[in-house]
Amino acid sequence: MRLFKNANFQFIKNRKIAYVIAIIMLLISVGGLVFKGLNWSIDFTGGIAATLNMNPKSPNVKPLAIDKLRSVMSENGFDDAEIQFVGPESNAIFQLKMKSTKNLEDTKAELAEIVSRELQEYTAGRDIESEVILEVNTVGQKAGSEMRANSILAVVIALILMIIYIWIRFEFTFGLMAILALAFDVIFVLGVFALTGKEITMQIIAALLTIVGYCINDTIVVFDRIREDLKIYRKDPVKEVFNRAINTTLSRTILTAGTTLITALSLYFFGGAVLHDFALAISLGIIVGTLGSIFLASGLVVDTYKVTAVEEKKAVQKLTRKK
Amino acid sequence: MKKYSWLSPVLILIFVLGTLIFLSPLFVPDSVTNWPIKKKLNLGLDLRGGIQIVLGLDTKGLTAAEIPDAVDSNIEIIRNRIDQFGVAEPTIQKIGEDRIVVQLPGAKDRTGAEDLVKRTAMLNFKLVATADEAQSVVTQIDDIIKTNPSMFPELIELERRENAELKKRGIEADSMASQNGMFKRLLVSADNTFSVSKNDVPVLQNLFADSLFASLVPKGYEFAFGSTGRNVKEAVDNRQLYVLKSAVQVSGSDLEKAKMMIGSSQDPNPQTANKPYISLEFNRTGARLFERVTADNTGKQLAIVVDSLVYSAPNIQDRIPDGKAIITGIFTREEARSLAILLDQGSLKAPLIVESTSAVGASLGADSIRKGLQAGLIGIIIVVLIMLFYYKLSGLIADFVLIFNVGFILAAMTLFGGTLTLPGIAGIILTIGMAVDANVLIFERIREELDAGKTPRSAVATGFDRASVTIWDSQITTLIAAFVLYQFGTGAVRGFALTLTIGVIGSIFCAIVFVRYIMEKTMLGGDKKTLSI
Repeated sequence: MRLFKNANFQFIKNRKIAYVIAIIMLLISVGGLVFKGLNWSIDFTGGIAATLNMNPKSPNVKPLAIDKLRSVMSENGFDDAEIQFVGPESNAIFQLKMKSTKNLEDTKAELAEIVSRELQEYTAGRDIESEVILEVNTVGQKAGSEMRANSILAVVIALILMIIYIWIRFEFTFGLMAILALAFDVIFVLGVFALTGKEITMQIIAALLTIVGYCINDTIVVFDRIREDLKIYRKDPVKEVFNRAINTTLSRTILTAGTTLITALSLYFFGGAVLHDFALAISLGIIVGTLGSIFLASGLVVDTYKVTAVEEKKAVQKLTRKK
Repeated sequence: MKKYSWLSPVLILIFVLGTLIFLSPLFVPDSVTNWPIKKKLNLGLDLRGGIQIVLGLDTKGLTAAEIPDAVDSNIEIIRNRIDQFGVAEPTIQKIGEDRIVVQLPGAKDRTGAEDLVKRTAMLNFKLVATADEAQSVVTQIDDIIKTNPSMFPELIELERRENAELKKRGIEADSMASQNGMFKRLLVSADNTFSVSKNDVPVLQNLFADSLFASLVPKGYEFAFGSTGRNVKEAVDNRQLYVLKSAVQVSGSDLEKAKMMIGSSQDPNPQTANKPYISLEFNRTGARLFERVTADNTGKQLAIVVDSLVYSAPNIQDRIPDGKAIITGIFTREEARSLAILLDQGSLKAPLIVESTSAVGASLGADSIRKGLQAGLIGIIIVVLIMLFYYKLSGLIADFVLIFNVGFILAAMTLFGGTLTLPGIAGIILTIGMAVDANVLIFERIREELDAGKTPRSAVATGFDRASVTIWDSQITTLIAAFVLYQFGTGAVRGFALTLTIGVIGSIFCAIVFVRYIMEKTMLGGDKKTLSI
């Protein structure tokens, strides 16, 4: 069975169409980022932490189960509260961390109201304000400013080293365009998150990094084929060689994108709320990344060479040098 | 390639055995305590919880304006310390105005964790008082105590108990009027330092913490115990007590680098030969100070003090111009490593007090975890089926090897002390989706070669060789990114980089060695004209 037998799509010829679509996507994404901005999660903004004692006084009532508290909180507007036991499970002391637009006092009042309304069997006989809500306090972000700066620095260094590696193994323009295709992918995913108001959590950052790894992989497979074909089809125009390389690797590109996408989609549909956004980011990243490596990266290299014909000659010479 | 035909099976054997060895703790019940492989895969805070340490800031000596900065920089220092120790993926947050809450996954060793986060790791170099100075300091203190012994009830109590003990043995008790003062009798002179009996150490520690006693110590001097090393418990009966000149000659803030080293067995210095020690490198300012103090005090002793404990007090032999020094002392390798990390990451801006330590539960519900795993499983099954359907027998081989690849990722995570979180698991599942990529590249290539009319044998050989170039190029690029993220990233980013690195290495090996070997052995026997691909 073959996905594409002797495929011969005119990717390079029709690259301008891809550019237009890409620019529109980019404009929408950047628009979203600029005008709506990213919705940073409590991991990055901090919020309010509360400690609740949910151990019932009456021996007839079992201590509150954590899943019940989770569902009560999410039904009452704190759908992304992080809830943990503190101490042994039977003590039923919970620590909640949640994002809140209100100040400490109002959040405490709201919490008191929710708890006394929904969970009164566990709080009966205790004073809500002091014996049930043991503590309410602000809580800082998990990712401090230094941590964020470090991570951004790490990503920038990684990108630069990737360009250098591709430069050595292929050619500078290839490296640069691979990174551009990648940036497009990441910006698009971020744009979608900005426009839909979905939260950027630590997990989403991990998803973005995964996308980067996937996308660069994809682009290099095509570049590798171009390098090889340049040596074989020395007489053909560069454009044709590029197009043929994309076509011959097309089955592989689609199949790999397919298997990865299937795992991501399975996480999206069956993975529950926690993995929902994570899987969404990955799925979008794979789709756009694959399209980018088919339609953008190679096309951009061709256009760079069109502007600087001398570069093209030098590049082809470098790429076809016998080792 | 023929020459190395033994290489592939050997590598595959090592790969499979290594995987099984490091995965074995997962299947051995907890009751078996003598299983040789101790490391178990760490589950993250989201999956299994861990311990939570609430730390208060000792704000003594800070103005109100300095507190927020001190809290923030303490958080960064704690984070760096934990990162240096492994890939623990902690959460560290400020709570309220001046408290810090640290959560560490798993972490059975509570005291170790507390120690790690709260130790100030204040490094100072101070001169040791000469024998005469030390004696005079002790005498001066005793002279004051003598005039008003009731100031220190614990000393009176101790003396009473000791006298009673002596009386029982029929020895005439010392009285307060005897030659030795109440304080001095606790100390045994040994040149310019003192030696303190193990039982008296707590009394003295309390005494030194007492501000009243502190006021009696002559200005410019202070007491400090020698370090015993945390793990050398009962070995030392007596602790050394130093009298130091309080002036800080060189401090840890001028430190550039601290690193644990192990002396070679040929090392002429008995303090470092075959033993762990810490090498220090000072910055320009530190080096200048160090040069001056060593030039001015040649022949005297310079004490290396960490958190008020004297680690060693070598004689200054000569002027030291290059700002390099070493800390020797009684420590185990583990302790030397942790001290080096603490020093290297800088000292806390303000001391921390542990307010509470408690176990915390998983931050995700059992339901979320179950769903996540289920979804992963569904994804994997579909991928396996696609490979089987699309590549037939070759796909089956790829699927078979995939099982080992997953095992390898988990085993390697265990070996490197990685922490498995739910997104981490999702990452591994995705890695599987991507691991298939290497196989796809190879199989597609083999098909092309077959289309070009090659025999199965030569198509497989060319297919693997050609595709290997692509696989290396694409995966090395990913590896570069992963290494950088591991080196420079913090917390979750580091954990991600570790998983990615392991996944990539596993897939490369599985695709170009493992799958190839099985294919060559099973599918290319004799003169088969067709290939199931």
